[in-house]
Amino acid sequence: MAELIIISTLNGVLYGMLLFLMASGLTLIFSMMGVLNFAHASFYMLGAFLGFQISQWAGFIPAIILAPIIAGGLGALIERYGLRTVHKHGHVAELLFTFGLAFIIEETIQMIWGKLAVDYRVPSFLDFSAFTVYATNYPAYKAFMLLFSIAIFIGLIFLLTRTRAGLIIQASLTHPHMVGMLGHNVPRVFMMVFGLGTALAAIAGAVAGAAFVTQSNMAALLGPILFVVVVVGGLGSLWGAFVASLLIGLLQTFAIASDWSLSKFLGGSFTPERGTILYDVWTVTIAQIGPILPYLLLVLVLVFRPTGLFGTRDT
Amino acid sequence: MSNNTMSASLKRYSVWVLAALVLLVLPLIFSSGASLTTMCLAGIMIIFALSYNMLLGQTGMLSFGHAVYYGLAAFVTAHTMNWLAKNGIPIPLPLVPIAGGIAGLFFGVVFGSVSTKRGGTAFAMISLGLAELVYSSSLILRSFFGGEEGISTDRTKLLRVFGYNFGPQLQVYYLIAAWTLLCVILMYALTRTPFGRMCNAVRENPERVEFVGYNPQFVRFIAFSLAGLFAGVAGSLAAINIELAQASFVGAAQSGAVLLAAYIGGVAFFVGPILGAILVTLLSIKLSDFSEIWLLYFGILFITIILFAPYGLSGLLMMHAQFWRGPMGARISRLLRLAGAYVIAAIPAIIMVAGAVLLIEMIHHVSQKTAEGPMMHFLRRPYLTINTASALPWIGALVALFAGFFAFRFTWQTVASAWHRALADMQRSGS
Repeated sequence: MAELIIISTLNGVLYGMLLFLMASGLTLIFSMMGVLNFAHASFYMLGAFLGFQISQWAGFIPAIILAPIIAGGLGALIERYGLRTVHKHGHVAELLFTFGLAFIIEETIQMIWGKLAVDYRVPSFLDFSAFTVYATNYPAYKAFMLLFSIAIFIGLIFLLTRTRAGLIIQASLTHPHMVGMLGHNVPRVFMMVFGLGTALAAIAGAVAGAAFVTQSNMAALLGPILFVVVVVGGLGSLWGAFVASLLIGLLQTFAIASDWSLSKFLGGSFTPERGTILYDVWTVTIAQIGPILPYLLLVLVLVFRPTGLFGTRDT
Repeated sequence: MSNNTMSASLKRYSVWVLAALVLLVLPLIFSSGASLTTMCLAGIMIIFALSYNMLLGQTGMLSFGHAVYYGLAAFVTAHTMNWLAKNGIPIPLPLVPIAGGIAGLFFGVVFGSVSTKRGGTAFAMISLGLAELVYSSSLILRSFFGGEEGISTDRTKLLRVFGYNFGPQLQVYYLIAAWTLLCVILMYALTRTPFGRMCNAVRENPERVEFVGYNPQFVRFIAFSLAGLFAGVAGSLAAINIELAQASFVGAAQSGAVLLAAYIGGVAFFVGPILGAILVTLLSIKLSDFSEIWLLYFGILFITIILFAPYGLSGLLMMHAQFWRGPMGARISRLLRLAGAYVIAAIPAIIMVAGAVLLIEMIHHVSQKTAEGPMMHFLRRPYLTINTASALPWIGALVALFAGFFAFRFTWQTVASAWHRALADMQRSGS
């Protein structure tokens, strides 16, 4: 049991940190521009595929450096020439634009790399067991991912609180108009933040793609969970996104390791008839409902706290 | 006086009578099996897209999960039909969509009570989360969703009316056409009620609606529930049409399709989603004949419309409707002059698009079809065989793309000046 808890906690924190890498970029973009970037998970996917392609040509280290730079540059260009054009038509048009963008990125990736998973592997120099918990070997690559995402997390905090650029970004989070009044080039700050946010998502993709499956449906699978994170945490709140990321990471990881169901919990005192909805609900295990837990959490949070855990502003 | 009201009401109803006649005559003109199927799908999509527009266009709520009500109603319909047939209950097939509508309304009320608490972006995200919740549940609640194969049903097993058993596609067409007309009239009538106006007010400025004394949250909730009702009728007809309800009916792709249809048609006008539904149905059937990656072109069309024609096809049409005033000769000459400018601008545009399509198809071929060798059938036409290994088609495609682009930018000025002249002409004639 202790073994299960330790491993699940490690995996849950890892998954949560990866979620936060994406959710932080999404939150930064949302707070500044008021646009929830629907294509954010698509940049994660783009990072994974670029990472795969570059690692084929040049190796793993160049891949995780170049993939986010390319994806971030692309994101900045899209902001400059796409999003800025639709900005005058309002937030719905902007959200729809990013929706269409997600659609196009997925189709483009299918066009180039196909619908099947590509063979993006853990590099050989990280393909060993880092340490052993009881009888379970913890792979070095996962430990690397965990440390890497924590390092970026610390870097992000440093950037936001200790540098001049970070101060402007922070000011823009709460007082975007005032920042413009003070003479900063707000459109350029928007472009930079959009590029930075998409680059963060691409880093997560390039690193996680090697450990998980790199396939053209990964954005569609992860995207909705990402939005659950930012809504549960409270739209526009970085701390909320952090807490919600870890919460959902741990929730999903622990759910997978659990085989409890209502029938097991309440014993065999009552067995519903086979083939009815009640039977389905009675026998389903927590591991099976793992994928819907984030959405259940979303509904619960909305019923009891409509602005999200740490949300202050209504959109 | 009475003559005036007579002609006014005649004008009001003549549109619907005309629509009914068109729906009656259409299958006589396009009588092949394929076109019947297409028209059935288009009819279903029209109801679905209009119900979606009750949210996006009229109340300003962007939903990413409208297929939930469509799909759940389809499952309820399939179960209802099986239950009616099994117990021999004398209810004919044409009344079954009512069950779908009730199911759509029920789920609209249930999910709407949670999701309409917030407007704007938060509502969009919540609709997405609820859609994922329902889609993921479809894999767990197997007795209701029927797992991978779905719930199949047989529409001929229900009570016959006047000897029609609704086996042939033509009979199903008339069933769908009748329901489409009914739903379109109802949804149009709804936009004319005070409630419809309140929806528009909530879209424009919810804060002021609150000052006036209405609760925008409640208006959103009612609009959402009614949209669920009509989406339910559409889903019900879909289940009747293919005699099957599948998990993909509640999926993200279905929600995305209705969003695309409504937006491409234009959400600002009532007819927009009707145009969009017809166009999207036709494109999704025809484009796959030409290319494997037609969904990509679809996405590019969508983005192009968002960037350059935010009011969609109906918006473009309405821009031209303003010239349809004054004496008949002036109307026609104005539009003819504009059409001439369009033809001039269209030539480089076609060259640009052809270059882009060729480039995309060649990239797709060399990255995905290595097993087939370098020869590619462009647009799936054997007489358009292109050798992707030689440099010529690549250079040609790039030249066509860029030359077309710059030529288009140049010829677009002709359109702009023709447009200004037409506007000036309108002002001169004093209308």
